[in-house]
Amino acid sequence: MGVKKVPDRLQTFVPGLDALTDGGLPRGRTTLIVGGPGCGKTILALQVLVEGARRAREPGIFVAFEERAREIVKDAGAFGWDLPRLQKDRLFFLDAHLDSSTVHGGAFDLAGLLASLSAKARQLGARRIVFDGIDMLLTQLDDPAAERLELQRLHQWLYESGLSGIITAKTEQVDPAHSPRYGFLQYLADCVVLLQHRLVNTVASRHLQILKYRGGKASCNEFPMVLSARGVEVAGIAADSLDHEVSTERVSSGVPDLDAMLDGGYFRGTSILISGAPGTARSTLAGAFADAACRRRENTLFVSFDEGSAQIVRNLSSVGIRLDRHLKSGRLRMHSAPARARTAEEHLLQIRSLLESHRSRCLVIDPLSALTSIVGEAEARGNLERFIALQRNLNITTVTTSLLEGFDALRESTSAGVSTLMDTWIHLSYVIQGGERNRALTIIKSRGMGHSNQVRELLLARRGLSLTDVYTAGGNVLMGTLRWEREEQERAARLQEGRAFEERQRVTGDSVADLSSRMEALRRERDERERDLKRMKAARTGDVGTGATRIGEIGRMRRGRANPKGTGPARPPRRKP
Amino acid sequence: MKHERTRSPARGSREPLSLRLYVAGEAPNSATAIRNLGILFPGGETSGQPVEIEIVDLLKEPLRGLADGVVLSPTLVRLAPPPVRRVVGNLSNHGAVLLALGVVP
Repeated sequence: MGVKKVPDRLQTFVPGLDALTDGGLPRGRTTLIVGGPGCGKTILALQVLVEGARRAREPGIFVAFEERAREIVKDAGAFGWDLPRLQKDRLFFLDAHLDSSTVHGGAFDLAGLLASLSAKARQLGARRIVFDGIDMLLTQLDDPAAERLELQRLHQWLYESGLSGIITAKTEQVDPAHSPRYGFLQYLADCVVLLQHRLVNTVASRHLQILKYRGGKASCNEFPMVLSARGVEVAGIAADSLDHEVSTERVSSGVPDLDAMLDGGYFRGTSILISGAPGTARSTLAGAFADAACRRRENTLFVSFDEGSAQIVRNLSSVGIRLDRHLKSGRLRMHSAPARARTAEEHLLQIRSLLESHRSRCLVIDPLSALTSIVGEAEARGNLERFIALQRNLNITTVTTSLLEGFDALRESTSAGVSTLMDTWIHLSYVIQGGERNRALTIIKSRGMGHSNQVRELLLARRGLSLTDVYTAGGNVLMGTLRWEREEQERAARLQEGRAFEERQRVTGDSVADLSSRMEALRRERDERERDLKRMKAARTGDVGTGATRIGEIGRMRRGRANPKGTGPARPPRRKP
Repeated sequence: MKHERTRSPARGSREPLSLRLYVAGEAPNSATAIRNLGILFPGGETSGQPVEIEIVDLLKEPLRGLADGVVLSPTLVRLAPPPVRRVVGNLSNHGAVLLALGVVP
């Protein structure tokens, strides 16, 4: 011996449990499941057996000391395990329940039972065996020495049989981990699983803890456990590592202005927290995201803890977000549940199974704070951490909202540390100014992207959501009417400026026109004068010629009217070439 | 198969007491039970009523215990007269055993 330091693993197929135990329970060894009444020991043990038979084709035997076997078989029907079929060749149920009519006639032992089980195991080829409710048997023994002897015998038998054994034992102790009765049992077992069922803030919740795992590593933390329609599920260590695939793909927030502020939108596969006081349009913003996702033809799940689906659809339609058509097409699935009906973990597991069945790529949880309020803070953080890690691994983009009351909103939201888990945190608040409330949107953080640090005003209109720039005046952000007034003022100022400019332009134009016309008049006058001048010059030349002619004429006239036509031979022509 | 039938000579017309004892080989409790039966019903009868005892060794017939719904060893079953009664243990508690079997000592 001593060679087999790390035992082989027996896959349990119980969601979450195998991951928690590094592959499963120790194969060929004994596992003890302890816990108070009604904490799910029998179901967990049966599930390991049934799933082993169904999925690993490993036949198994169930020895029922506490409940009647047929009742167990009947109850298992609720989990959809088809036991009657499995009982034909792979599962055997032994009713080891001692009915009240049995007379106690002295000391007894398990030698006969174990002999019978050996034969049955051989016949069936069994690999797994469950002894359910060993405490009932021990009570019957009514002798501490006999108890130890029989447990020793059982342990020895299990060891020799090579079967992987699960023994369940009920404990009434407040601290079952240290119950003296089971000290020996725990010592014998190679693995001890503790189940607990307790109230956390008036909501019952189940927990599973691996107290011991001989020769193997297992997380010793306490993990939430849920009894769902499929049986036991353990909220395992989904966040085994934070090395999930990182996407640089952007998905729209549903509000183009917000996308711009986020430098393109949310990153795919990240988680977004929209926090705010009641009525700050958290749900509307989440609805816009869902609408945009559906319009991108991505399946989307909308989980609401506040309102019914019909109410949400109606409310969102008032701001132009039409979810009804996506519901009709099946692209959108809505799930409403009163938060307190279940534990946070049950809710998260249900969301997980809805995501799986719907193959959603986007998820809205409105509000997430409904979950954190029903569990303790530390627990909520654990729950959410695992949940968010899961979404990341599945590359599902998750928009959650968180209700913050009171004025110190930022401080409150960091309780449970939810915001630190989120990649993007958008905060909506009211700004009360000038006798009105206006919605302000701030991006508090957004990992891995350059984002606007500006406060914007969120406007809800019939045609949708929009963000508008806000004015700052004297250190105050102006919104609503004040912003409008400021805008009006500016518009008026601009208008006035425009008019003044036009006036100036007109006046200048007028003067240009005036000048032009005056210039035209002057030009005409100048032309006139020029013409006069020409005429004058021309006239002067003409006068000289005319004078000569006249002189000639006078001369002729003086010679006596012999040649009245003027060109008589009496006088040779003056100008000779 | 180990059958050990002890039929006592009939005394009168009374219906015999038919018993079956499931044992696990030579295990201490089983051996004690067989011994106790010898003490309780010496000569294979009780107050003139014949006692038939069948002993089933689960080590040799392991599946028979499961078929008969016998889990713990030793287990004594009164088959007749009806109703069927069961006594679990090594039968050292003689008073309780006789009471359960409907035998007045």
